[in-house]
Amino acid sequence: MRKRIAPSAVVWLLVAAAYFFIPLLATLLFSLKKVQTGNCCTLASYGTIVHDHQFWVTIKLSSILALETIAICLALFVPTIYLVHLKMPKLRPVLAFLALIPFVVPPIVMVVGLLNFYKGAPIWFYDQPWGFLATAYVILAFPYMFFSLDAGFRSIDVHTLTEASQNLGANWATTLVKVILPNIRAAALAGSFLTLAIVMGEFTIASLSAFHTFPIYIQSVNESQAYPAAAVTLMSFGITWAAMLSLLLVGRKRGTRAAILTGAR
Amino acid sequence: MAYLELQNLHRDFGTVKALDGIEIELGEGEFLSLLGPSGCGKTTALRLVAGFDRPNAGAIVVDGKDMTRVPPNKRDMGMVFQAYSLFPNMTARDNVGFGLRIRGKKRGDRHGRVAELLELVGLGHAGDRYPHQLSGGMQQRVALARALAIEPRVLLLDEPLSALDAKVRVQLREEIRRIQLELGITTLYVTHDQEEALSISDHVAVMYGGRIEQMGSPAEMYSAPATPFVAEFIGTMNRLEGTVVEGGVEHAGITLEVAAVRGRPRGTRVLVLVRPETVIVDRVDGGAAANTLVGDVVTQTFLGPVTRLKILGEGVDVIADVPTQKALALPVGTKVAAMLPAEDARVLELSDEPLPEIAEEPAPAGR
Repeated sequence: MRKRIAPSAVVWLLVAAAYFFIPLLATLLFSLKKVQTGNCCTLASYGTIVHDHQFWVTIKLSSILALETIAICLALFVPTIYLVHLKMPKLRPVLAFLALIPFVVPPIVMVVGLLNFYKGAPIWFYDQPWGFLATAYVILAFPYMFFSLDAGFRSIDVHTLTEASQNLGANWATTLVKVILPNIRAAALAGSFLTLAIVMGEFTIASLSAFHTFPIYIQSVNESQAYPAAAVTLMSFGITWAAMLSLLLVGRKRGTRAAILTGAR
Repeated sequence: MAYLELQNLHRDFGTVKALDGIEIELGEGEFLSLLGPSGCGKTTALRLVAGFDRPNAGAIVVDGKDMTRVPPNKRDMGMVFQAYSLFPNMTARDNVGFGLRIRGKKRGDRHGRVAELLELVGLGHAGDRYPHQLSGGMQQRVALARALAIEPRVLLLDEPLSALDAKVRVQLREEIRRIQLELGITTLYVTHDQEEALSISDHVAVMYGGRIEQMGSPAEMYSAPATPFVAEFIGTMNRLEGTVVEGGVEHAGITLEVAAVRGRPRGTRVLVLVRPETVIVDRVDGGAAANTLVGDVVTQTFLGPVTRLKILGEGVDVIADVPTQKALALPVGTKVAAMLPAEDARVLELSDEPLPEIAEEPAPAGR
């Protein structure tokens, strides 16, 4: 039986929707104005952005950085959190505390600290966004990835599934890849979405370490061209959502944990 | 020669001795139940055999091969867990075929074997369903098929029925026994349910405090318990403490004639064990007969064909199972005489140690 939605709930939903959509709508209308007259409507601002070489360079860099950060985070944190849940549950609160640190430490402090820490690092690492910047982003993404994965591991019986798999002859690697990972897929995806969103929008660290990423490009457009700035903002919004959607499509498979969590239908 | 041997197994967790030198020898194709209250070490023993844990001392030998240090994924032990353990991301068919896939069996061979096993556990029709689409009983059947698929050296069952409801439990335990006999697979079964253990096993080992109190056939365990603990744990038992005197045992001021006490020195403190179904109860009328304790019926518990009476009197605390028809004539408050059988009662010598209390088994976690 379909539940009736109360009128008050509809009102609140509309208020919430307005809160999110009015700024988007305003930005959209602003981005459609003509540079010369300020009147509606033209796609010239979008044309300016699309024909800007820097747009493509920075969007490519940020996308690759996002994928690299997600890959490092998953490779680093999935086995770690798995082992903590399985063998060292007492370490879980310690990890949870460590995961809060990137929230607490201001990005400016973090970037100064990291720049000093990696000063002696080889040039191919220190001078390259996929070296230094990706490392900083892994630290930034740590809390999001940790809490998502931790929730995923807590939703399954890690001990029994691991023992059942080993009992049937699987080694650690097979157990992790064939049994554990598919059952925390939803959590890994959630962590990946958040990481993607952070990397696509991170400004402070990239700016202070002088890497020209997509958010830096948005800022430079914003300083010089008002209407294209609105256009690029909306485009970045669309691109991030499209990237999330494609991650979802790549990660989705029949019979995933997500389906199980929402119950049999 | 024994097929499965647990030799002097010790396992300590800090200061707690979970296993304190257990010895088991099991022939090929036999079914042994480890029975005991929670914390007795039965699951620890099973986990050692599966390889999920290592003993502090002792050895596990299967078919003449020492398995003590072999990792769990190389032991070929099929295990069914207490918690639902099917892989949620796989269908029933993929779950059963998982062990075969790991062993590199070809798709065609695998499919044939999986279908055969699903048929064996009565789930030939449910191969495409995911675990969340199966009931608890069905999930444990699939888990059984999955454990059997790898043709294990020993089948290990860790309270596999404890999360199921009573009717399914009885049904499934009979099926486990049928399949075990059909395949002739050596099986180690852990349970805290004595009825379950007695009904499906070739041998039962009652464990307490990390040790095996007694091991024998179900009939032996029921009729000839070797220790007060076993007497208490297997079935219901009247335990009457007394002292050996001329012609019997003195208890509650009267001398009970007990055949089993003959030859014991006078003054020995003993425990007389009497099954409730062997006690004969009647209304008190006139003179006291031999071997009779007098008291009042204080409770009646209906158990179907029999009704259990609790009889309390001066120094008397006896329970008796009487035919339900007869119990109608002995309502609560009736003064009755409970006659204990001279021949059927067993006697155990009492040590100075207090009798063990049997801990309540916690309700299984139904997941």
